[in-house]
Parts: sequence; C-alpha cells; structure tokens
Amino acid sequence: MSAPTKHRNAEEIGRTALGPRPFPELGEQRAAADLDTVDTTLANGLRVIAVRRSSVPLVEVRMRIPFGDPASSSTGSTHTARAELLASTVLTGTATRSRVDVDTELALVGGELDAAVDPERLSFSGNALVAGLDTVLDVLRDALTGATYSNEEVERERSRLIERIRLARSQPSVIAREALQHHLYGDHPYAKEMPEADEVLSVTRDDVLALHAAAVLPRGAVLVLVGDVAPDAAVRAVENALGGWTAEGTAVTLSPLPVVRGGDVLLVHRPGAVQSQIRLAARALVRTDERYPALQLANLVYGGFFSSRLVENIREDKGYTYHARSYPEFTPGGAALLVDADTASEVTASALLETRYELARMALSPPSEAEVGNACRYAVGSLLTATSSQGGLASFLVNLAGLGLGVDWFLGHPGRLAAVTVEQVAEVALEFFAPSAFTGVLVGDADKLTPRLRALGGVALP
Amino acid sequence: MALPELHRFTLPNGLRVVFSPDRSAPVVGVSVHYDVGFRSEPEGRTGFAHLFEHLMFQGSESLEKLAHFRHVQSSGGTFNGSTHPDYTDYYEVLPSAALERALFLEADRMRAPKLTEENLRNQIDVVKEEIRLNVLNRPYGGFPWILLPPVLYQTFPNAHNGYGDFTDLENATVDDCAAFFDTYYAPSNAVLTVAGDFDVDTTKALVEKHFGDVPARPAPPRPSFAEAPPKGELRAEHTDPHAPMPALALGYRIPDPVNDVEGYLTYLVLAGVLTDGDGSRLQQRLVHRDRLVVEVGSGCGLFGPLEARDPDTFSITAIHPSEVTAQQIIAVVDEELLRLAEEGPTAQELAKVTARWASTMHREHDRLTSRTLGLGSAELLFGRAELLYELPEKLSGITTDEVAAAAKALRADSRAVLILNPANGGNE
Repeated sequence: MSAPTKHRNAEEIGRTALGPRPFPELGEQRAAADLDTVDTTLANGLRVIAVRRSSVPLVEVRMRIPFGDPASSSTGSTHTARAELLASTVLTGTATRSRVDVDTELALVGGELDAAVDPERLSFSGNALVAGLDTVLDVLRDALTGATYSNEEVERERSRLIERIRLARSQPSVIAREALQHHLYGDHPYAKEMPEADEVLSVTRDDVLALHAAAVLPRGAVLVLVGDVAPDAAVRAVENALGGWTAEGTAVTLSPLPVVRGGDVLLVHRPGAVQSQIRLAARALVRTDERYPALQLANLVYGGFFSSRLVENIREDKGYTYHARSYPEFTPGGAALLVDADTASEVTASALLETRYELARMALSPPSEAEVGNACRYAVGSLLTATSSQGGLASFLVNLAGLGLGVDWFLGHPGRLAAVTVEQVAEVALEFFAPSAFTGVLVGDADKLTPRLRALGGVALP
Repeated sequence: MALPELHRFTLPNGLRVVFSPDRSAPVVGVSVHYDVGFRSEPEGRTGFAHLFEHLMFQGSESLEKLAHFRHVQSSGGTFNGSTHPDYTDYYEVLPSAALERALFLEADRMRAPKLTEENLRNQIDVVKEEIRLNVLNRPYGGFPWILLPPVLYQTFPNAHNGYGDFTDLENATVDDCAAFFDTYYAPSNAVLTVAGDFDVDTTKALVEKHFGDVPARPAPPRPSFAEAPPKGELRAEHTDPHAPMPALALGYRIPDPVNDVEGYLTYLVLAGVLTDGDGSRLQQRLVHRDRLVVEVGSGCGLFGPLEARDPDTFSITAIHPSEVTAQQIIAVVDEELLRLAEEGPTAQELAKVTARWASTMHREHDRLTSRTLGLGSAELLFGRAELLYELPEKLSGITTDEVAAAAKALRADSRAVLILNPANGGNE
C-alpha cells in the first residue's frame, strides 16, 4: 500500500511510553424514571397498556390479535394462506377510505400503520406525531370493523403475495427456518409460517371476509401505546376509537406444541450453496418459570451475546463464522432454545463439532462466577438501553403482553436476574444445554458437506 | 424540531468533540467517526477499510484480544462499528455508569491498537464469512450497493466494491494496517460524540484525561473523488445465481450534499413523492395500476441519505416478474418523471413527505444509537451536528417547482442502468 511515505510499524503503534493503563471502575448508576402507566381491559375484551414516554412528540402503537389456526394440523388447512392474504389486504380500503386515502391520511400526521401475520397472531404496528394519534386509531378502527377487501385489491395482493413468497423462499435463512420448524413440530399449525402458492391461488375474497368475521376479535387481543401522551388520555382515545369494535367469542390461541426432543440433525440439500446454515434446537423454559432468569443467563454465556463461549470460539478464535448466536423463543405453551450459525461449506462440520463441544462444556464446565456476573450485567443493561426509546419499549411490552405479562414483570426482571446464583445457572446448564437434548437442521450443499458430516456423526444425511 | 443542547470543543491534538446531553433516560452513547471510508482504500486493497474496522476491535495496548467486547457487554452495553464510503464509525451505548469505560476503550484503540498477524488472519476469515452471508450465498446480495457504482462511476474510488474481493483481502498485510492507521486514524481526523445521560463538565474532564495524550499527527489531505457525470446511458447486466426473479437499478448523480444541501434534499423529497407509501407515484403506477413490479424503492445515497460526500447517488430499484422486461419499467419511470417535471408534485404530496420525515427524525433521535451516530456523522461530513435537527425545516421549505426541476434533472441520457438476471432465467 502506498499512502504515507513513512509510517510507524505495528509494534511501534501498539505501545506507548506510559504502558498499559488501568480500566476504569463503573460510576454510579442513576435509576430510570418511574413509568406512568395504565393496564386495563375495555368492555369489548381488548386489553390496553398505555405508557407515557415523553422523549419525543410521537406515539407508538402495537396491537396483537391471537390468530391461530383452529385446526389441529396444517395438512389440508388453508388458514395460513387466508391469514396472509387478509394481512396483506386489511389496510387497503374501507367504506369511506380507499387504499390511497389511508396512506394520505396517515402520511399527513407523519404516520405509518402496517399489518403482518404469523402462525400465532395478527399484528398491527404503527406510529405518528402525537397530534395524529386519533388519526392512526381511526384508521385502525375502520380497518378492524369495516375493511372491504375489494375484489381488485384481493386479486392484486394475491399475485403479489405469491411473488413475495417466492422471494422469501430464495433466502437461505428462510429455507433453514421452514426446515427447522417442520423438523421440530411436524404438521402443527405453528410450524407453517408461509403458505404454498397453490393454496394462495385458491383463496377467494369471501374466504378472507369470513376469516375476518370469525377471527379478528377484540377479546384476547392487546393494544400497547407508548408515547408523549398521558396514559389515561391514551386509554380514552383507544376506547373512543375501538370501543365499538365488538364481537362474540375470543381470539384463537394455538394449542401447545409437541416437546422438542434431542436427535440427529437433518441435512437439507441446497445445491450450489457456498455457506451452510446450522440451526439447532432444544426445549427451554417459559418466561414465568422461576428458573427462567437462570436459563436466560446460561444462554447468554453459551451464545446469547458477543462475549459468549460460542462466539469467542467459532468466530474470534477459529474464524468459522461472521454470525453465531443462541436465544430462547417463546412458543405456544412452552419455549425452545435455538442456536444459529452460518459457516462456509469447508468448515461447516468443524463448526458443528465446536458448537456441540461448547454445549457439552456448558453442562460439564458450568459458567463461572465471573461469566454469570458479566451475563447478568449485560442482561440488565441491554434491557435498559433497548427499552429507552418509545418504539423499543412498545415492542418489548407487546411481546410480554402476548405471554400474559405486563409492566410489573418488566420492572421486576432486573431484580430476578440479580438474585440468580452460579449454582442455579449450573443446574439449568446441565439440564438444558446437554448436546443430547438438541436436534436441528443443517442447510447446505450436501455434495460438499457429506463426507465430513458422516465422519462427525449425529447427522441424518439425505 | 427544537434544537437540543449541543456543546463542541477541540482537544490540542485535533480531536473534535461533540456533546449532546439529554438526561431523560439513564443511558449514554459514545461514538468515534474517523474521516476515512472505502473510497480511500488503494487499488489492489479493495475491502481494506472494512477489514481494518474489524481489526480495531482486536485489542490495544491496555486491552487483550476479546477484552473490548467483554468490557462493553459486562458493563451492560452494546457496541458495533461500520464502514461507509467516506467514514468509519465505532460506538458503544451503555447504562450511564459505564461512560468512562467507553471513553477509555475508544481512547486506547485510538492511541495504540494492537495490529497482529494472527488477528489479521482471523478477521480476514470472519470478513469472508460476512461477505458469503451478505453477498455470495443469498439472492440480491450487494444489490444495488456493490453492483450499481461500477456502472455509474468510472474512477476506482467511486466504482469499486467496498466489501472487497477475496484475493485483495487475503493479500492484506500487517504493514498495510500500520500504514493505514498512521495515515487515517489520527485524532485530528476524527470526531468523538457523547450523547445522552452525562454531566458536561465532568465528562469534558474525562475526555481530556483519556484522549488528551493521544499523540497528535497531521490529518491526511482529503482527496476529491469528483468525476464527471455519465455522458449517455450506461448499461450493465449481472447474473445472480440465487435470485428467483429479475431486478433493475437506475443510478443518477445528485448535487453535492456539502456545498448544496438544499439541492440535495430536494432529491430526498422527490424519493418520497416517487416511492414512499401506497399513494406515491411509482407505487401506484408500477405496483398497483400497471402491475409490473413486486416492489419498488428509491432514495439518496446507497447507504441512506447524507451518508457520504460528493459524488453521491440517487437510485431507483425494482424487483419484477420475468414476464416483464426492464424496458417496460424504465419507460414508466421516465413517463412519471416527465409528468413530475412538467406538472410538479401537488402541495399535498409535499406535505405528506415532510410530515413523514419529521416523524422519522424524531424516531431516530429517540433511539440513542442512531442519535449518537447521526450527530457524529453530521459533524464529520458537514461540520454541523445540528444539521440533524434542521432537516425537517429545510425539507418543508422545498417547493413544488424545485422538486419538478429535480425530476427533470434525472435524465435518461446521463444515468446508469443495472439489470440483474436470475441464473436460471427466472424459471423454477
């Protein structure tokens, strides 16, 4: 390289006359301000959580309606296709607003509103300048109580949905996710995150209207509102807008999943792949379990943050991956512990070996006092920073609300984490991180991967 | 938007410092922006600025390998770094009790990073995995940020791949790292930003304590990357082995954001009129009325607006079914641009774009990471951290005539057209 004519060498750069310096101690931590909050249920059954956070003159809105397939198996059910088409079309017009009107009204108050669906729930997510709160809520009301699903919009969204599904299924991460969910949960509706194109083609406007009438229900749903607005006033605004949204019945939650059991990792062939997706899974604990805080810390030590055993091993020591992590995922009636890593084909088997080695080490050489302390400070601090914005707090609270929890759980969690002992972490590490507890999938080019994976064992080859 | 409290000063070694205190939440952000990005890396070393960013996390005089991550995270914080065309940033966001630690970590690696062969080899492997993940193994990898510049630009700094090719990465040496650090990572070539929950006077003393003895070195002369806009329409095709359907990117040159920020922002408004929301011109035309594309987008800067100096790029991108030709889409884009050029947008269209931007600015301000990084990059590129807060007013001052003129300037005879074809022709 040419840049300077003369420069210091690396050794000269890396030292100063003074030498290494002591790392500063932590200062005193100021507590977060108390949250001004209301958590109530309207007469129509809709739970409303409102929190005042006045940092900027905006308001964030999150709503979740349980939206499970009432059928016990996804085989032969078109629920996913109908639900996806409903979510794509619900904000495209009402008796009084066209699709463009919806966009214009929201835009003029600096607002946005989107709908999305997954196997568990229909979600609406939006925001606006605080003066536009009533506009966002009125658009939401109009869609919930009077979405017209015009033939033209349904037809257009149907063909776009098929194209979008095709795009999604070309992403290796999506291929891996679908394979993993099917491997873990078979034909349980929870495992079906995306419909097939022919299923989407068969969905009619009447199907979508019927699903809306049967499943878009206030009872069992929750709306979280965080922003520069007094919680009482926010709840009144929600009640004014959505109080008239009434229906019989309760929104449908999914039945519990089969328990994840350990077993071989399934190799899924993706011809021409230059990198593989390793996706492992085991049983975990729900947030309300008294051992959950210990499991959360054990997960951090394993692969839940950058300074974890897994990342320090397969990225910072061996250079097998850019991205590796582990995390709990809360599922209907339970939870799973997931491990993700993407690695070049040449080192995939080695990365899987190290991933399993670190799992075994969690069980046999459990986290030290220092590791648990670091994980605990990270868990408390990152919760503080993640929820320091309106949007971050709203998203966190709506996730909690989906599990039946609320602001109290959020406020009490740092205390629960601080009370966890090293012995409690060791106990959950032994039970939940044993390699024998895990199964999973591996997506990659089988022609390149098979010889080494066969040698390694514990992989079901195609 | 009300201008938040801003303080700035410069240390004797040339380090520029920006403070933006806001005690509404007990968290603090610290960032350092160095005035070097991938446009400054030499030929034969594509991807070097980004590789070097990885090396800056690998230890320094007071910190062993892995210590940086462990110290930030065990203090409850998060961190990252990123490499842009004209700058490289590093940040920590933490509970405010850890502020001095973040300052220490940034100062230690600004003063004396440990650049070793072992860490260089390890991070070359990690960066190659990053490129496989984000480019080589996925559909539309590098579209359009890697693929469009070599069509629109002729000179190496503007045209080359900032992620780098594997051969160049493998050829990097420790001595390259030393030269790069000594040239570009001088305190006088950097901006330190502190935002959030802190006391101004105490923190000024801490900054002086930790950064004061980082030795002064001359800031490198800032090169001009200027080049003439394209004469004619420049076309190129790219085959994507993973994409299920074709895609298209149009690239245009836009005004210098430093010398003509209003001129530049006119294109930001134009992008909103063209593609933001169901009511925007190209969403209505291409997605809903003519049904030619699955998705369409447009914007200033391939990394986002106001993220680079001149020359910068305006792009329009679309993914479309293989039954539709690129030419059909381009014809509609040109027709809509012509209509805007002749009639201008309506006052309501401008009001929509302005209100959404005001809301976006507030939301960015509310996220401490984006606030810290935004203040730092505005100070580095424009010498004005407060630009962040002046944007809503500047945007609302843009007129329909100005947007019409901007649309007129997006000329077919001075643009790049990149056509992305699926390897299998889009058939499954």
